[in-house]
Amino acid sequence: MSQYEERILMGNEAIGRGLVECGCEFIAAYPGTPSSEILSSAVKFVRKTGVHTHLEWSVNEKVAYEAALACACTGKRAAVAMKQVGLNVAADPFMRSAYLGTKGGFVLVAADDPGPHSSQTEQDSRFFALFAKIPVFDPASPAEAKDMVQQAFALSEKYEIPVMLRPTTRVCHARQNVPCGRPEVLNRPPRFEKDPGRWIATPQFLPDLHRQLNEKMDRIAGEDALRPRAFRGGGSQPRRCVIASGVAFAHAYDLLADMGLLGRIDLFQVILSHPLHKGFIEEIRSDYDAILVVEETYPVIETQLINERVTGRRSGHIPNRGELTQDVVLRVLEKFLNRTPDPATRTAPEKGKRPSLCAGCPHRAAYWAIKTTFPGGLFPSDIGCYTLAMNFGAIDTCHCMGACISQAEGFYFAYADEKNPPAIVVSIGDSTFFHAGIPGLINAVLHRARFILVILDNATTAMTGNQPVPHLGITADGSPGRAVLIPDLLKACGVSFIRECDPYDMEALSRHLREADRHCRSEEGGVAAVITKHPCLLDHGAKGNETLWAMTVSEDCSGCRQCLEEFECPALVFNDETGKVDIDDTICAGCGVCVAVCPLGAITAREK
Amino acid sequence: MKQQIIVSGVGGQGVVFATRLLAHAAMESGHPVLTSENHGMAMRGGTIISHVKIGAFHSPLIRQGHADLGLFLNRENLGIHGGMMKETGTLFVNTPFPGAYRHCDATGLARGAGAVVAANLVLLGFAVRTGGFFCTAGQLEEVIQRISPPKQLELNLKGFRLGLEAQRSS
Repeated sequence: MSQYEERILMGNEAIGRGLVECGCEFIAAYPGTPSSEILSSAVKFVRKTGVHTHLEWSVNEKVAYEAALACACTGKRAAVAMKQVGLNVAADPFMRSAYLGTKGGFVLVAADDPGPHSSQTEQDSRFFALFAKIPVFDPASPAEAKDMVQQAFALSEKYEIPVMLRPTTRVCHARQNVPCGRPEVLNRPPRFEKDPGRWIATPQFLPDLHRQLNEKMDRIAGEDALRPRAFRGGGSQPRRCVIASGVAFAHAYDLLADMGLLGRIDLFQVILSHPLHKGFIEEIRSDYDAILVVEETYPVIETQLINERVTGRRSGHIPNRGELTQDVVLRVLEKFLNRTPDPATRTAPEKGKRPSLCAGCPHRAAYWAIKTTFPGGLFPSDIGCYTLAMNFGAIDTCHCMGACISQAEGFYFAYADEKNPPAIVVSIGDSTFFHAGIPGLINAVLHRARFILVILDNATTAMTGNQPVPHLGITADGSPGRAVLIPDLLKACGVSFIRECDPYDMEALSRHLREADRHCRSEEGGVAAVITKHPCLLDHGAKGNETLWAMTVSEDCSGCRQCLEEFECPALVFNDETGKVDIDDTICAGCGVCVAVCPLGAITAREK
Repeated sequence: MKQQIIVSGVGGQGVVFATRLLAHAAMESGHPVLTSENHGMAMRGGTIISHVKIGAFHSPLIRQGHADLGLFLNRENLGIHGGMMKETGTLFVNTPFPGAYRHCDATGLARGAGAVVAANLVLLGFAVRTGGFFCTAGQLEEVIQRISPPKQLELNLKGFRLGLEAQRSS
């Protein structure tokens, strides 16, 4: 077999593999769509090739960033991967790392989500790169993303600067045939060179570090190898050009080909979105009158061109929000090129089916107990599968990772002087609690806030593909770590009321919740915690997920739809012919929880 | 050779796996390939679509009205993703009910064989046999052998072959 072979890889797999091929010795990440598969594919590739690389699912992105950066400061290559809002969490170490720089290559993969498909914002991480003054690569395909990992490491080492690789959902979750090689083994010994003016960098050192950073960026903006790639038009459309980057370039390229205009109008692909090549900015200023910039999601290239003839997202020629699908880019190009529009899409598509919690999901049982125990309660919640509880009205907020606990404190004090303050019941997943919930809890306890904290412990990070959580004591590659237990953490945070139960046992859960409410309202009360423990049903190795019950719906069903609307289990389906509810045996998990939901007792369970 | 295929369904039906099979078959038969998939929240039973583009493309997405072939794992999705199809495109729909498409009761056949999770493979077998694909049934079967998780392999092959048979008898 030759050293190089072609493989079908998802963009994230290409990036994960690319990092390992580059001899990266430390990769840290926190899962989040669309970035999650980067680390898991690196784990698989490291296992297969036996190279020495430390791989970790860190507790959050800030920790991941700091740990990986420190490793890079010893001269080794290191990388960190996260979704775009993860970089908000890591913003503090990120911003400063531009000033202090790195020794070994340091690559930050920040995966953006134009649309957004699976995020709380559609922010553009390239703006973050501009803000921090670091370079950012903007790949258009999985194969290109893998190539850019290599380029990013090289650039990072040449200038001792962190480098960002910014793929978007359509690159992360595309598949392509990608050339693959073997991992490079660098065997660099760790050499942390003590340099207080750099690694401690008190304010007196910062003006000079800032000057050095500016110089680095100025030199990078003159790197001809990173100048936008030109596809010349042969002069038939003089002084007119299209500039694009990322997957928006891929769309523009194919659309121009469809129009027969490829090779007939100047097209540029921007490789490094920031800093934009100085010579390129000059060329665009002097050689073109009509300029269209197509990029996702914010006008980063457009902003740097500083040119009143540029059209794009800022000028209103392209919608100033949202994903640029081929159909959007088509309309933009037609207008820019004064072409008759292609016949419009035939039909306005119907809306699809929204996602919902899986059949048998333990979260659904927990929410049913919360909702029925506290009608009129206030329910701050957070980010995870359980955000889907909004479908059946069981949660009231979702802001950013860990926010629900601080929100509960805010709500508590807002209502504290009311005569009948509502019960405040917070729900947060186990992984989210570890990620950013703990400081908020300490703060709430310190300030004597009173609310019920429900930790939905399904023993995994479910939404992003079942990554391990700290209380299992398992690391990214499956090797044992030291478990950090939730009840121990709660106690250490000053919570004195702690109960645990399986949410399938809704009577027990409801009892715990009522007791917790009494604790909150008692004289010495404070935060009361209830941990609901049942493994995620998608976690195939988990015990306790055996089908227990065979479910049936009797003739007594009146078709009132309460179970469909208030409980929304996908295994309960309305039969239009009979006007009653049926059980879909192909997906029913046999949890038996829906028995309690039917007001007529028409849902029954028989032991299997 | 250029061919654009969509696979439409809901999370959990095996849309992504069918997409991967097609991508691998494309590579094995020497074609460049690009796909686009849904992951994350949409996978929890929501409507999803995969795009598969075989040939010299740069963009992973298919334009409205440009898909040559469409695999619909449920008929309800026609109203949602039907507009992706070319007017001359061929639709393969998992349904017992006839319509303006080629249909096969993939779920029914799969359930009958005790392989309800392999309905995606039944529809794929049915479609590839009916013709018009960039690859042959044999090439796809080889890929199924190679990339199926060991536990799933037998069910997948059973489903795929059921699909091939279904074409012959209809």
